[in-house]
Amino acid sequence: MSSVQKHLKGIHVDHCKNTSGCPVTPITLPEKVYIPMSQHIGAPCQPTVAVGDHVKVGQIIGDNTAPVCAPIHASVSGEVTAIEQKMTAQGRVDTVIVITADGKQEAAETVVPPTVTNKEEFLSAVRASGAVGLGGAGFPTHIKFNPKNPEEVDTLIVNGAECEPYITVDHQTMVAHAQDIADGMKHIMHFLNLKKGIIGIETNKPDAIAKFKELFADSPELEVNELQQQYPQGAERVLCYESTGRHLIAGKLPADVGVIISNVSTVLKIEQFLKTGMPLVTKSITVDGNVIKNPQNVEAPIGTPLTDIIEFCGGYTGEPKKIILGGPMMGRAIPNDDVCVVKGTSAILAFDEAFAQINPETACINCGRCVKACPMNLVPTAIYKAYINKDLDALNKYHAMTCMSCGCCTYVCPARKQLSFINGNLVKGFVNSQGGKK
Amino acid sequence: MNKQNLIVSSAPHVVSPVNTSRIMLDVIIALVPAMAMAAYVFGIRALLLTAVCVVACVFFEYATERILKRPVTITDLSAVVTGVILSLNLPATLPLWMAVIGCFVAIVLVKQLFGGLGQNFANPAITARIALFIGFATAMTTWPLPAAQQTADAVTGATPLALFAKGLEVPSNAEMFFGTIGGSMGEVSALALLIGGVYLVFKKVIEPTIPVCFIATVAVMAILTGNDPIFHVCAGGVMLGSIFMATDYVTSPITRKGKVIFGIGCGLLTMIIRLYASYPEGVSFAILLMNIMTPHIDSLTVPALNGVPKEKKAKGGDK
Ligand code: SF4
Ligand code: SF4
Repeated sequence: MSSVQKHLKGIHVDHCKNTSGCPVTPITLPEKVYIPMSQHIGAPCQPTVAVGDHVKVGQIIGDNTAPVCAPIHASVSGEVTAIEQKMTAQGRVDTVIVITADGKQEAAETVVPPTVTNKEEFLSAVRASGAVGLGGAGFPTHIKFNPKNPEEVDTLIVNGAECEPYITVDHQTMVAHAQDIADGMKHIMHFLNLKKGIIGIETNKPDAIAKFKELFADSPELEVNELQQQYPQGAERVLCYESTGRHLIAGKLPADVGVIISNVSTVLKIEQFLKTGMPLVTKSITVDGNVIKNPQNVEAPIGTPLTDIIEFCGGYTGEPKKIILGGPMMGRAIPNDDVCVVKGTSAILAFDEAFAQINPETACINCGRCVKACPMNLVPTAIYKAYINKDLDALNKYHAMTCMSCGCCTYVCPARKQLSFINGNLVKGFVNSQGGKK
Repeated sequence: MNKQNLIVSSAPHVVSPVNTSRIMLDVIIALVPAMAMAAYVFGIRALLLTAVCVVACVFFEYATERILKRPVTITDLSAVVTGVILSLNLPATLPLWMAVIGCFVAIVLVKQLFGGLGQNFANPAITARIALFIGFATAMTTWPLPAAQQTADAVTGATPLALFAKGLEVPSNAEMFFGTIGGSMGEVSALALLIGGVYLVFKKVIEPTIPVCFIATVAVMAILTGNDPIFHVCAGGVMLGSIFMATDYVTSPITRKGKVIFGIGCGLLTMIIRLYASYPEGVSFAILLMNIMTPHIDSLTVPALNGVPKEKKAKGGDK
């Protein structure tokens, strides 16, 4: 289907998938985990345990009855030794439950496969699994799965693009758990009454594509969409268009165009929860970067301090000057490594001084590279200039609010303008502050 | 034990290796065949003129930036590019001091006083060529003949276009393509310019849109008016102008559609001036006029959003 369509624009970035051959290894159990109460968009969880309580793996330790919220579970068995305020990986100070592990990793009594026979039971199981979206914000999955217009939603798109450089953990997950992911897709489609399931995988992962093709051989409703190697194929709006030809215009939800988009690891988690009842308590992460001794893919309990993970990977070989959570295109640089893994952590990349160098900005030479790169068909430099001039009309004229901060424009800009940061973040703040919603 | 004071910056954390200096360097490389051809046809004097222009442009850029207390940006090589392109627009015999005045116009008046790189509305080299053309008409239209064609009493002569304007016999197309004709340093060999253009397209420095539209329009106009298209394409700076000056990023539209309009506009204006105006030389004026149009073209060709038909775009973001 997508082969006859025009593709959206994008850029070619060095893949740097150094860890693509590394299966996911569980790390040594950390002594302590620090689990923040807000790992998703929506209402933060309230702690449901107190200092001194003994908890087991998979036991709920934070929840909230607000509609948009996903529960948070203990990732180790042990004792709650503190409930404190701490800086989290999302860059804000949050209530954190500290659990000192007893090393037994006993599963909680509540960890039993759920009974799921209809949509309601399925959605509450998804909620109970603690799954949240991995795209930046962390939208609770059970909300995504329950759109207001269920009759119009017909397609499940599973995101296996993994277009960010360095990150290979979804690739490994797909290779290792293809069967479970395929089953998970079938279950989601069955309970949500979706007719079509598409998994989008970039062609730089031929082994994963081959596996799914084989698994889908006699399921005509399932399809592998081989995505060309281009950043940002995994961006929701790009993936939606490349898989279905439907445009996800800024401000619309995927359900508005009849699709539900979910990440491979979320689908896998849901399937595993249906089978075992074990909620989201560990996260698979790519650890890489030029100062990491042994770059690899690891599986770490939620709340594991970064330092424990880096130590497991052999430590630093040099002085890290920049540590990025997530990929180099959209990930966040953190001021210090005193943070812990959350549900949304997909990669830890540590680099030395040379990599961290910030290039000085020069004048825009109007070269048009940013225009040729923008998947949203914007004119990034015009938005940038309109922002500098605080020109609200021009911002609207150039559709500034459509920017999805993908970073393509900044990547290609020879003048090293921070286009994506300005267009994606500062412009939105400015337009909203002017009440000029577009 | 924890690592503190890491460098925090906004995403993306990687950038393409291509920066402004690299682009300018590619343009300079692309101009090498034309420079070599000029040296071959007009002798060492051609190289001297280019060297003087480059040094003068870089000096003016440095001096104005110092005086205006701006950061000095000569390392971005854009002044070097202007110097080379300007020299290719001049007759090889032009007195050096006139060339230096041209550089002053290009760098100080057209570029720096408008705010420096990226801010000028007109192409510096084109404007300087026009300024010299108006100020020193005789020197600027005294085109040296190629060394091979010089005789005891004929070392300068008319350009093919001047011959054409006077209705005289013009050189053969082959001579014009390979460059053994009279003219400004960079106008003589269409082939050398084309090699540079292909290099730029190959290195993705320019898109072929503007040169192709420009040249095609010139050819079509020539055919429609009963003239020889190959002659008009190879003569009088169409190649130099379309490949190296009309594609100047700063003064040409940024969108594909805008580039098409710009290229066609340049071609049309060039031919109108050539055929109906008193100057035989249309390319510089055509490009200058289109430079002035560029902001308007850009503002009329804002690309439509994905999946939003053009008419409805005003409501694009609404649900
Ligand atoms: S890529 Fe950079 S220099 Fe080129 S037009 Fe865009 S903002 Fe200007
Ligand atoms: S960050 Fe925004 S403006 Fe830049 S390429 Fe991505 S969508 Fe376009």
